Amino acid sequence: MSISVEATGDLALEEQKRLKADLHRSLRRNKIRALMLVAPLVVFIVVTFVAPIGNMLYRSVNDPLVSEFMPLTTSALENWDEQELPDEAIFAALAQDILQGREAKTIGKAAKRLNYEQSGMRSLVMGSVRKHKKIQAPYKESLIKIKKGWGDIDNWKVIKRLGSGLTASYYINAFDMETSPEGEVSFVPEKEQIYLKLFWRTLWMSMLITAMTVLLGYPVSYLLASLPLKTANMLMILVLLPFWTSLLVRTSSWIAMLQAQGILNDLLVWFGIIADEARIQMIYNAIGTVVAMTHILLPFMILPLYSVMKTVPPSYLRAARSLGATPWTAFWQVYLPQTVPGISAGAILVFILSIGYYITPALVGGQSGQFIGNLIAYHMQGSLNWGLAAALGVMLLVVVLGIYGIYNRVVGTNSVKLG
Amino acid sequence: MAIPAYAGTLERTWYYTFRLFCAAVFIFLIAPILVIVPLSFNAEPYFSFTEGMLTLDPEAYSLRWYEEFLTSDRWIESIKNSVIIAFFATILSAVLGTLAALGLNRSELPFKGVIMGLLISPMIVPLIIAAAGMFFFYSKLGIAQSYVGLILAHTALGTPFVVITVTATLSGFDHTLIKAGASLGATPTYTFFKVTMPLIMTGVISGALFAMMTSFDEVIVAIFIAGVEQRTIPLQMWSGIREQISPTILAVATILITFSIIMLTTVEILRRRSDRIRGIS
Repeated sequence: MSISVEATGDLALEEQKRLKADLHRSLRRNKIRALMLVAPLVVFIVVTFVAPIGNMLYRSVNDPLVSEFMPLTTSALENWDEQELPDEAIFAALAQDILQGREAKTIGKAAKRLNYEQSGMRSLVMGSVRKHKKIQAPYKESLIKIKKGWGDIDNWKVIKRLGSGLTASYYINAFDMETSPEGEVSFVPEKEQIYLKLFWRTLWMSMLITAMTVLLGYPVSYLLASLPLKTANMLMILVLLPFWTSLLVRTSSWIAMLQAQGILNDLLVWFGIIADEARIQMIYNAIGTVVAMTHILLPFMILPLYSVMKTVPPSYLRAARSLGATPWTAFWQVYLPQTVPGISAGAILVFILSIGYYITPALVGGQSGQFIGNLIAYHMQGSLNWGLAAALGVMLLVVVLGIYGIYNRVVGTNSVKLG
Repeated sequence: MAIPAYAGTLERTWYYTFRLFCAAVFIFLIAPILVIVPLSFNAEPYFSFTEGMLTLDPEAYSLRWYEEFLTSDRWIESIKNSVIIAFFATILSAVLGTLAALGLNRSELPFKGVIMGLLISPMIVPLIIAAAGMFFFYSKLGIAQSYVGLILAHTALGTPFVVITVTATLSGFDHTLIKAGASLGATPTYTFFKVTMPLIMTGVISGALFAMMTSFDEVIVAIFIAGVEQRTIPLQMWSGIREQISPTILAVATILITFSIIMLTTVEILRRRSDRIRGIS
């Protein structure tokens, strides 16, 4: 291919264009190649990880049970004006749903869902199912005769509200609020609040654990950073070994240490500090959770702190001292400010990890040491109120992602390091 | 950090208090792990030291919990499951993670921040949320309570570690080496296997070890999506601790501690080797 050059020495116009296009094409090819390398993992993560969480997001506002298992009633209620009791046509649809739902054994699911919203509705529906033989035209009269609740307009409003398929009710529930039959949302009395309380406790205890890790981790990191490399590496094993040890191993070891007949209590009795009858309850409560979690999360504080402290030249401290600063001033004015990035990186990391904890609080937390994660697990496996579990999960996720956003601002993703 | 000769009494006191405090923290860090090991040889079914153990009476020590562990079908089954799941999850995450790290290292890659955020999200999102989401979604796909489901889940959780370690190794990678290879007539594939791969191998292996530990230690997702057939070691430990706490758990724990010591040593050796290659130390 020949290249034509103009008299001025510049490339001809079409040559310039061609070169630019070539460069463009080559850049695009490189871009596509880079994308192709990343694509498999991106697709994998989206399918196996992001989609499940997205699905949970949907589940937290999706509420198909009532519309699925009482289809005729919900569609008949669509045009109901909520002013007075529904007419005979709607009652007929309800009767059909009850009879068909009894045959298919599905009406119970709808009844259970209605009961989450308004207690008493389960017995209303199931009571009518039990007396299905008495259901006959005119349905309005006969149903109200079977169960007085059908004459209560509020119950109908609940059915209509849940029948729409989309709901904010799980979130309302998760925020410790309730909906009155008129549709007004308000907080439940403080004594009955569960979830907000638990959220506060989770946040509060995570902050406590974070503070503990800073308190214990800062001096140790300082020691490690100022010792000769060989000694520091030896001592580092004491930090890294717990870091590599299974979470369950460490948790069960804390059970052995802290329980009433455990090692710590034995030692205290042996030294005569406490009487044998007065063994301290250190586990199956908030203390157990805080101690075990501080231990588990401490390496996550020490490692980033250590790597930041390594970069602070010791000559700065000496310079401050030689200029007349007291040890305290030298530390406070010169050393500490330079380690702030390490403290914030470690603290945010520990905090994020801590508020999502489930295993350790479940095993050593008793009643008072439970976290929000334990309640999510309870609603997933115990009460089977999956919508509520999803709503609580989404709330927790929002908090975590919010804090992670701050972390990213402060530290940057690229500086995440391991080991 | 030796104490200077001119230090006054106050400074000396402070120095020794500081050292004492650090020693206490180190004991706090390591004690739970050290305590478990002798307790696992307890002859009695207690979680605590007996008189005999303290007086070093050989009668008080026994291997009965190890025997119980190795002769129990449930435990053996759980070892098998853990190994199978960790094996496939590790290989999958190593391959996918390394490819992605190679792509992330290219300056031409668009939306780098977003992609990086997405890829390390499994490390950020609390496991309980991931587990709940996977339970719903995998049930819908019909892969809950199956090996495939657990392997996929553990792979997703393990890949961020591979991405991070390999990206870190690549950050010190000299790109002129690839150009040199190309200018000497090597095909890109040949250059990759002969030049790039040996240099990033330490990162790949330590990332893979992290991924393997993640899978080996993971219990929350397993609680939600493993069926009876897929009980892993952590899952077996979890139900053991919850139901009736027997020293068999401590025997398992001791074995796992040995395992983590081996892992830790391997990763440390790899890290030093990688630092040396990159000329850091």
